Amino acid sequence: MARREIQEINAGSMADIAFLLLIFFLVATTMDIDTGISRLLPPMPEEEELDDDQEIRERNVFVVLINKDDDLFVEDGFYDVSELKEMTKEFFLNPDDDPDLSEKRELTTDFFGTMMVSKGVISLRNDIGTSYGKYIEVQNELAAAVNELRNELCMQRFGRRYDDLDPLNDQEAALIDDAKKVFPMAISEAEPKKVGGN
Amino acid sequence: MSKFKKAGGKGLKAINTASLPDIVFMLLFFFMVTTVMRETNLKVGVIVPEATEVKKLEKKSLVSFIYIGKPHRNLQKTFGSEPRIQLNDAFATPEDIRDFISSEREQMDENDQKQMTISLKIDQDTRMGIVTEVKQELRKASALKINYSSRKKVDEALLK
Repeated sequence: MARREIQEINAGSMADIAFLLLIFFLVATTMDIDTGISRLLPPMPEEEELDDDQEIRERNVFVVLINKDDDLFVEDGFYDVSELKEMTKEFFLNPDDDPDLSEKRELTTDFFGTMMVSKGVISLRNDIGTSYGKYIEVQNELAAAVNELRNELCMQRFGRRYDDLDPLNDQEAALIDDAKKVFPMAISEAEPKKVGGN
Repeated sequence: MSKFKKAGGKGLKAINTASLPDIVFMLLFFFMVTTVMRETNLKVGVIVPEATEVKKLEKKSLVSFIYIGKPHRNLQKTFGSEPRIQLNDAFATPEDIRDFISSEREQMDENDQKQMTISLKIDQDTRMGIVTEVKQELRKASALKINYSSRKKVDEALLK
């Protein structure tokens, strides 16, 4: 028996080893995609005095205040966050030309032709003591209002939702730009001041 | 011979498991490739708020993160329980943000620098005072594209 045949290595446990590694990676993997609300901060003014150079008429400003107790004050009184979206939409659309809601101006775009768009601006102000959760909730409602307006506009004219438009497609990207011109995300944030009793 | 021997002789053959390792390895490689090991050790606890109007953050290489939240419990003895800012691996003050931004900028390609996005991962119980300070610093550093990191809220109407 001098010449024994070389035995094959038993590969039966290979699967077990691979499974072990697999399970490790399965557990260690977090496939979270980062999501969030994108905003563009206004650039720092060159000189401090040039702060309030733009005169905006009072009816065109939609005042949203959040105090240190996370209470929401909109335009003329305290409201719940759930009411904010409808109020914002009404402020921008102003279907009955209410003198308290925003003024309109003409705007011509390639896709929508000439139409009346709002001059309104949302002024969001919060207190130092406002919680970040509440702040995001309000930001989210304001963004939702503008997005819904864009959705309704695109649905009315083109039968497509604004959310479903593909920014990689050139034509649809142009439509997105035009919808943004008609309903801009006009949120202006003031320096924080103490709102409400402290 | 044995009473239990089957009449047909051979019966069911065992399934050939020779390709099982291959399949498992395939899965293994998939997960190995997709896994992103976390680069920074979080020293603050962050639970980001929920929102419905969230968008995905594209191009991870263009994104820098700023974390704000309460220090973890084992660090609270030294750093207190007030919300703190974390940049990279260390606690920071709002004044450090400008240096952080410029060093992040330098690491980027020149064409990409304009598209730099700052993702703010802020705990939902943080007070706005510190958040506003950070935002002011970002404006001074002219890093204007920001993203308030938030979780996608599940639409309750769909669940019903």
